Amino acid sequence: MSAAKPPPLPAILIANDLLSGDVVFYGDGGWTRHPAEALLAEDVAAAGRLTAAGAEAMRLNRVVDAYLVDVELSAGGVPVPRHFRERFRLLGPTIRPDLGKQAEFPGLAAQSGRTR
Amino acid sequence: MYRYDEFDTAFVRDRVAQFSTQVERRLSGALTEDEFKPLRLQNGVYLQLHAYMLRIAIPYGTLSARQLRQLALIGERFDRGYGHFTTRQNLQFNWIQLKDVPEILSLLADVEMHAIQTSGNCIRNVTADQFAGVAADEIEDPRPVAELIRQWSTAHPEFSFLPRKFKIAVTGADDDRAAVAVHDIGLRIVRHPETGETGETGFAVLVGGGLGRTPMVGKWVRDFLPKPHLLAYLEALMRVYNAEGRRDNKYKARVKILVHEIGIEAFRDRVEAEFVQLDPARIQADAEEVARIARYFAPPAYADLADNPSALRRARAANGEFDRWVAQNGFPHKVPGYQAVTLSLKGIGEAPGDITSAGMRLVADLAVRHSQGEIRVTHAQNLVLPDVRQDELFDLWQALAAGGPATANAGLITDIIACPGLDYCALATARSIPIAQALSTRFAAPERQQEIGPLAIKISGCINACGHHHVGHIGILGLEKRGEESYQITLGGDAGNDSAIGEILGPGLGASEVPDAIERLVETYLDQRQPGETFVNTVRRIGVQPFKTAFARELHHDAA
Repeated sequence: MSAAKPPPLPAILIANDLLSGDVVFYGDGGWTRHPAEALLAEDVAAAGRLTAAGAEAMRLNRVVDAYLVDVELSAGGVPVPRHFRERFRLLGPTIRPDLGKQAEFPGLAAQSGRTR
Repeated sequence: MYRYDEFDTAFVRDRVAQFSTQVERRLSGALTEDEFKPLRLQNGVYLQLHAYMLRIAIPYGTLSARQLRQLALIGERFDRGYGHFTTRQNLQFNWIQLKDVPEILSLLADVEMHAIQTSGNCIRNVTADQFAGVAADEIEDPRPVAELIRQWSTAHPEFSFLPRKFKIAVTGADDDRAAVAVHDIGLRIVRHPETGETGETGFAVLVGGGLGRTPMVGKWVRDFLPKPHLLAYLEALMRVYNAEGRRDNKYKARVKILVHEIGIEAFRDRVEAEFVQLDPARIQADAEEVARIARYFAPPAYADLADNPSALRRARAANGEFDRWVAQNGFPHKVPGYQAVTLSLKGIGEAPGDITSAGMRLVADLAVRHSQGEIRVTHAQNLVLPDVRQDELFDLWQALAAGGPATANAGLITDIIACPGLDYCALATARSIPIAQALSTRFAAPERQQEIGPLAIKISGCINACGHHHVGHIGILGLEKRGEESYQITLGGDAGNDSAIGEILGPGLGASEVPDAIERLVETYLDQRQPGETFVNTVRRIGVQPFKTAFARELHHDAA
């Protein structure tokens, strides 16, 4: 049996909060709504710990749909997903800058290098 | 419009109570996500990109002012102050919290609404012509039969776990505005082929149409079905599909695949064989119940008026914008002195189908003042006031023009259908709304839109085709290509009487290239059209090749 493919790194753990559906990130102190507070896994072992934390949080019904997202760090220090889908998910609808995390956390879009 | 009887009320209230306990059990951890997901989907709750989404059923697109006000309230109290009308004439809220869903469903039940059958592998919300009951070209109002099908299909024990979702549309008009040929079942109310104008009406039945990854135009399975046989015939058809539809592959599970694989003749034979085993009189609702339903759709008391009154003529002559709005968004009413009007949710540069809570309240107020308190939702993501006195059109327009949906673009190039796409939808592969906004802005000039004439652009953000791109005169499909959003253009689709699936023009384009490419297609049309010829008719006459050539030039130009 071949070993599972290692996840692309660095990565953060992203999920939806069970109660609110909000996009949340796994950080130092547990789940956070601010992407800049997401824990960054830079090696396979750290990614494994994040995956385990996600599985446990799903088992405890804190979050749903937890998975790793590969990112790069912006100049502003915010993890920016490499895939456009996850970038939209992290910030909010591109057509409504007044909604989502981009509205909730002023400066986040600029720190993430969003160009609409 | 239809009002719930005690059974409807009890059923919907019971469902709210049932789902409330299911939400409680989920939040307490008694239900896992895997256990809860099918339950929430049966109640219209999806988990989307940013939050939960609640899809609310608007049966055959008919809403009362009271219901629209309640939607406005829910949007304000539990969402972000707006909602999104869909291509199934439903409404979606994009920012719902799971813990609030029971209360929202209870508020919906207060106004005889729910979110049942807006998801899952069941018979979905039945759609119909938005001008049902008022259209001048109508043979018969399709709403009573749409309501009958709604009641028959709701929680039908045999058809609640089908191989895949199942969509039915009904029209009673000569001109198909309900896209019946691209539904699993399309029903057209027709006169008996032999007795003609004076004879009975029944149904011509299409089956196996659909969009998604395998688009198909439906095929005729019955030319004339007597009305009392309808539910038995639908039951026979559903049984054949339920028994033989594929369950091994969800992408091949729709009835269109079954019809395609065994052929329409064999499918028809199987349905007829099942049908003769059934007793239509037992399955069809009794005549009294059918009459009870029909009474709710009896025409309102119309005033005795003349067409095109002097007040309207004067106002149109004095105000060019109003004149253009009446000409473009007005629709012939069967009663003299009245008009149906489309309230466009396609303001220039806006998200198609979106409306704020304030906008909903304005429309509800105007419906009470000018349209018997009734509103319709169109599958093209607009609203309709169906019963407006022509001598009140100017008052209505003035009220709308002060910040409401007053854009005079119904059926024109900026009246674009677009699914939520990757701005909201977890299934999407690319964004739809920004493409619609860019095209709307590009073609904003009213004179240019008039010059181009009827042109339906339809945009989907993935192959599931919620934006109906296959049947757009110009269709746009957003995909992912090498880590970027890429847009595939199709040409010559049609959702109406001459239903057709569009043909792909060439390789995908980047988002920024789409407006120029559409511009080239429009220029080709303007260059080639004959006097009075619409875009899609020019495509039919000259074929797609001249457009392909223009498209290829555009690609070449971009690459240079």
